[in-house]
Amino acid sequence: MRKVYLDHVATTPVSHEVLEAMLPYLKDAYGNPQSLHDWGDEAREAIEDARGRVASLIGAQPGEIIFTSSGTEANNFAIKGLALAQQSKGKHIVVSAIEHFSLLHSARTLEKWGFELTLVPVDRYGVVDPEGVAKSIREDTILVSVMHASSEVGTIQPIREIARLAKEAGAIFHTDAVATTGTIPVDVKELAVDALSLAGNQFYGPKGAGALWVKKGARIIPFLDGGVQEGGRRAGTENVPAIVGLGKAAELAKAEMESRTDRLLALRNRLIEGLPSRIEHVRLTGHPTQRLPGNSSFCIEFIEGEAMLMLLSSKGVAASSGSACTSKVLKASHVLTAMGIPPAIAQGSLLFSFGLDNTEEDVDYVLEVLPPIVDKLRQMSPLYSKFLKEERGGK
Amino acid sequence: MPVYNEKVMEHFMNPRNVGEIENPDGIGEVGNPVCGDMMTFYIKVDDNRLSDVKFKTFGCGAAIAVSSIVSEMAMGKTLEEVRKITPALVAQELEGLPKNKYHCSNLGAQALNKAINNYLKKQGKAGESKRRRKDEKE
Ligand code: FES
Repeated sequence: MRKVYLDHVATTPVSHEVLEAMLPYLKDAYGNPQSLHDWGDEAREAIEDARGRVASLIGAQPGEIIFTSSGTEANNFAIKGLALAQQSKGKHIVVSAIEHFSLLHSARTLEKWGFELTLVPVDRYGVVDPEGVAKSIREDTILVSVMHASSEVGTIQPIREIARLAKEAGAIFHTDAVATTGTIPVDVKELAVDALSLAGNQFYGPKGAGALWVKKGARIIPFLDGGVQEGGRRAGTENVPAIVGLGKAAELAKAEMESRTDRLLALRNRLIEGLPSRIEHVRLTGHPTQRLPGNSSFCIEFIEGEAMLMLLSSKGVAASSGSACTSKVLKASHVLTAMGIPPAIAQGSLLFSFGLDNTEEDVDYVLEVLPPIVDKLRQMSPLYSKFLKEERGGK
Repeated sequence: MPVYNEKVMEHFMNPRNVGEIENPDGIGEVGNPVCGDMMTFYIKVDDNRLSDVKFKTFGCGAAIAVSSIVSEMAMGKTLEEVRKITPALVAQELEGLPKNKYHCSNLGAQALNKAINNYLKKQGKAGESKRRRKDEKE
């Protein structure tokens, strides 16, 4: 059976070059970067090299990069660490309603610690209105965080504009760029942000390596206490192979950015254009043009996401969904909800996220296998039969 | 993907008794308060037995498998027997469900019960049936 992986938002595969770069550090080059001998020097040089590559990908200084274990850790670190460092100035933070849980739940934790939180809404395309952010900023607002793009619906935010307004109002601005770094151009100076999170497994690097960039001079309270690793800001023996992999992935992403974008765009558009002509009552979620090149997210009406995923999986296709039934806590995706998508429609959420390992044939395969799946589930759906009866009655 | 056992998968992939019954003797529709899904059962009653059962379900894989097995469990049974189909029995018949999918098994039994209530109400027999069950016990 054909196998088609269209769940790159969950993780990308590790590219061959990245794996090759990592292997020596899983074998003979096993030193601890903090050690004062040849083994240590070798490992230290490797992570400093990686630091330089990651910095170069986002237009930053190497000394501003703090390696973390994941995007989740970077977000936790950013939100808690930046807020705690600023708390003498105020205790109010502002984040968007569609942030990743690693950020949203960190903000909720701060609330429990006595901070105040304002969630900024999004419009029906999932766009955060910069004016909305500006309006929620108060005297005592110390930190604003809005994601660069949502991996779930693909919408890219006007970060530059939001960052400008936040900083004019005297707040520190962080962006979660896990979905964008390595996929579309991300330049910290151009975006004019103060801190930014990224993760290697979103652009063909390994799991277990992410980074937080914090602008030189910005204060942050360490999240992990211990040794002097990462300039004393993130203790713990460095995950050398993963960091080396992240560095290699960053280098490749920078060199190939344009051609990668073109490939992903072609695949994404082929699906976005092809699906509505084969399936009725499909809506694209997220912004039609301001969206990530590899993201095609839909709501397929009258049916439920988990059932679709299971039938797709039986045809060898891996995708994802934000339906309530697919979530462990049985709640529809907070992103779709924040966009005002009604619960019954959100149940039909289906996300295909493309990567460099995909081909046009993969898209055509989905276009071939999905319609019968949708049909099968609609034949089973009481909502669909109601809809058909109403439609007939209406005519 | 949730970890469903083979039996659940089999019912999900090949659900029995999908559809609607024209002029059914009873209809039962329930919504899932947890995730917002929906299940509708249609029944045909002959001589106090379910001579036909059909369903339509808007929901997850478990909900579809539950509907399918419930329809099988109820087919040909007397109303009294059908009343005894509980969510626990349904889950047992499916050889288990993941914990966070238990609530889906409630839907099947509920919808079927509602269909019977609907039938009895239509017959104007709700009271009579209760009386008869009481008589049987005595
Ligand atoms: S119907 Fe929603 S989880 Fe089963």
